Amino acid sequence: MFIQNCYEILSKYGSSLLLGVRTTLIVALTGTAFGLILGLLVGGFRAAKLDLTAGAAAKFFKKLFDIVANIYITVFRGTPMMVQAVFLYYALLNVVHWDALTAAIVVISINTGAYMAEIVRSGIQAVDKGQTEAARSLGMSNAQCMFAVVLPQAIRNAFPAIGNELIVNIKDSSVLMIISITELMFQAKSIAGSTFHFTETYFIEAMIYLLLTSVASFVLNLIEKRMNRTATLTIPMSDTDPTNASLMRTSKED
Amino acid sequence: MQAEQPIVEIRDIRKRFGNLEVLKGVDFSVREKEVVCLIGRSGSGKSTLLRCINLLERADSGTIRVFGEDILHTKDVNAYRAKVGMCFQQFNLFSNMNVLENCTKPQCMVLKRSKEEAREIALHRLDQVGMRGFAGADVRTISGGQKQRVAIARALCMDPKLMLFDEPTSALDPEMVGEVLNVMKDLAEKGLTMIVVTHEMNFARDVADRVVFMDQGKIEEEGTPEELFSHPKSPRTEAFLRSAANK
Repeated sequence: MFIQNCYEILSKYGSSLLLGVRTTLIVALTGTAFGLILGLLVGGFRAAKLDLTAGAAAKFFKKLFDIVANIYITVFRGTPMMVQAVFLYYALLNVVHWDALTAAIVVISINTGAYMAEIVRSGIQAVDKGQTEAARSLGMSNAQCMFAVVLPQAIRNAFPAIGNELIVNIKDSSVLMIISITELMFQAKSIAGSTFHFTETYFIEAMIYLLLTSVASFVLNLIEKRMNRTATLTIPMSDTDPTNASLMRTSKED
Repeated sequence: MQAEQPIVEIRDIRKRFGNLEVLKGVDFSVREKEVVCLIGRSGSGKSTLLRCINLLERADSGTIRVFGEDILHTKDVNAYRAKVGMCFQQFNLFSNMNVLENCTKPQCMVLKRSKEEAREIALHRLDQVGMRGFAGADVRTISGGQKQRVAIARALCMDPKLMLFDEPTSALDPEMVGEVLNVMKDLAEKGLTMIVVTHEMNFARDVADRVVFMDQGKIEEEGTPEELFSHPKSPRTEAFLRSAANK
């Protein structure tokens, strides 16, 4: 009975479920991507230290930025995304005349950005400060040091947490049904409403979410392994014997 | 010795961290091609003095002239730092880059050299420290002594006129100390101006033109290795050398 009902739902409503998956993925992926960009900007500036020679104006703007960023993070981590969605969607509807999907993407991006900002900030702060000192001692500017040395390491360290945000977004985008976007939860609710097979419909929905998050986590694991793979290959570039550690130089000229 | 002009001239610099005064008025100078070793106990201010020279720390007062330039008031800190190489106790190789990239990227970014030019210079410098064969290696896979030699090559790639070494062998296993000291000795023989904070008394004795003993934020005594090690004038110097010899 249960299986038969599931089969019927799938054959009859398969396309609307697929539409739901599509919308869910669009919202979750773009939301995570924009959220990461926002998080890199906000978290990066928050963790950045001013030069010792920085002037009063730079100090003032840094302080101002820190205060604004702090408020942003507190507000968006401290209120439910569902509430953020309804509030912003309706509050801005008459100002920007946006459709629900755009609003959903904006809300999930800003929400994710708040979390990402903290992930990026702690990732940056976890990078050994000797890396910065070495970069600066070679003459790199603050920005060069940040982009070439610190951020790549911070992102590598924080990658599991960043990937986790994608998985969270695949699931939590379901609350965005509140503004009637056709994501998976919204579609499932409609199907359940018209078939009255609540258990079967929501069972299918749960399985689809599980499949999506499993695939996402598999892909994230692959990327993580790739990032941490050490390049152990040693390219022989001269006849210098690399095993002879006491050999200091092969050329006498300088 | 020819007429060598002072490259580094430090007058009465002071530095405090909170309540702790680390440098209590230090006068110090280094001439071109000179190798100066700074010795002293932990906390005597020798590392801080070194870090003040390339502005990793900012002296609270006093003047520091390097290459004739008043560096506490220099406009372009990065251009100045590019002329002064520094090696750290913990090597600080960039762990997101391989050995070769560690040496090429800073050249491209700071000195605006082309990739090919930077690569050529990097390979030459890696060769000089015996690490050319490891150009493609991940920096996390090589030994401490090898890391420090790469760090020296990386600094040399910037063609520094002055090299600062902050306890370059203190984090190394004993069997790796020699390979790093040999590289440094080689640089000294080639006439590079060097300031070395070290606990390696034998290195100071053999390689240094002048040894400076720091104690409690001041220079207690300085002189040739012969003067300082064999005939220390200050009782503090003598006590330090005795305790260092007993280790």
